[in-house]
Amino acid sequence: MKGDLRAETTWLEGHNSDRIEAYIAEPLDQRPTGAMVVIHHMPGYDEGTKEITRRFAAEGYLAICPNLYTREAPGASPDDAAAAARALGGVPDERLVGDVAACADRLRSLPNSNSKVGVIGYCSGGRQSFLAACSLQLQAAVDCYGAFVVGQVPEGMPLKVGPIGHLADQLSCPLLGLFGADDQHPSPAEVAELDALLKRAGKEHVFHSYEGAGHAFFSTDRPSYRPEAAQDGWQRIWAFLAANLG
Amino acid sequence: MCTYRTDRIEVRGSGKGAQGWFKLTDATVYFDHPVSAPLEHSLNIDFINPDLGPSARVAVELDRSSALELARAIADMVGSTDL
Repeated sequence: MKGDLRAETTWLEGHNSDRIEAYIAEPLDQRPTGAMVVIHHMPGYDEGTKEITRRFAAEGYLAICPNLYTREAPGASPDDAAAAARALGGVPDERLVGDVAACADRLRSLPNSNSKVGVIGYCSGGRQSFLAACSLQLQAAVDCYGAFVVGQVPEGMPLKVGPIGHLADQLSCPLLGLFGADDQHPSPAEVAELDALLKRAGKEHVFHSYEGAGHAFFSTDRPSYRPEAAQDGWQRIWAFLAANLG
Repeated sequence: MCTYRTDRIEVRGSGKGAQGWFKLTDATVYFDHPVSAPLEHSLNIDFINPDLGPSARVAVELDRSSALELARAIADMVGSTDL
């Protein structure tokens, strides 16, 4: 039945053949279906992100979330791992792409995969979702309030993050962008700039910004949670995936 | 917002974490999403010793005014004490 699923920790060879942890969720229904790579936010591979991963499986999609901080902090609690990764400068872009590629390969190898794979990310993962979709052959991408896709990185920032708007013409799939109108990173002006870059590149995309919502409006366990925006956002995600991963 | 900005400094001293006291070597300071505090953003400080692993960490998450008050108190204390 819809909603029935199995979820567990798994391991796979990520970028540079490094062994990385991941959380995989699969619908019990064995009919061929699409799949999603879920990229966790900067606070890490936490319960909230695992819940999102299960939500995709409950909706009928294969889903996997890599622990991007496995290398820095194997076996550590999510908050300690996030702190360790931040202190070391964050996740390099090249490594992120390699890890997402490994996840996509794993999903396509599953018996009930229809070979279509999308990617979604939140916060820092939103930028990384765009990066992956510009670097790999995917069928759908969702960017939830990813900062620094365009715009200037603050001076002195030690994290390995830089603007990647110049990759827009390499976007391999349709992109859904969900943003908060009150957010400053990304600001409405930066969202408009990315929109213009994608239009210029002739790339299929749909952006929606929610009034009264800021950053992280999908996060149910944070004060930033905005139920109306999150519920509408989920509906837009389901419609987008049905159109592109079905 | 997700600020990404992080200041990292070297420190000398000790901190008490889940496993007891340990030597501190670094501290990271950032204004970003908290893990636990019921705030959209907080001033976060991690006192760490990376050589001892990710769990060698003393973490605090403070609201903006608390952080400023703490900074003032530290500056006053250190500045006014004959060390």
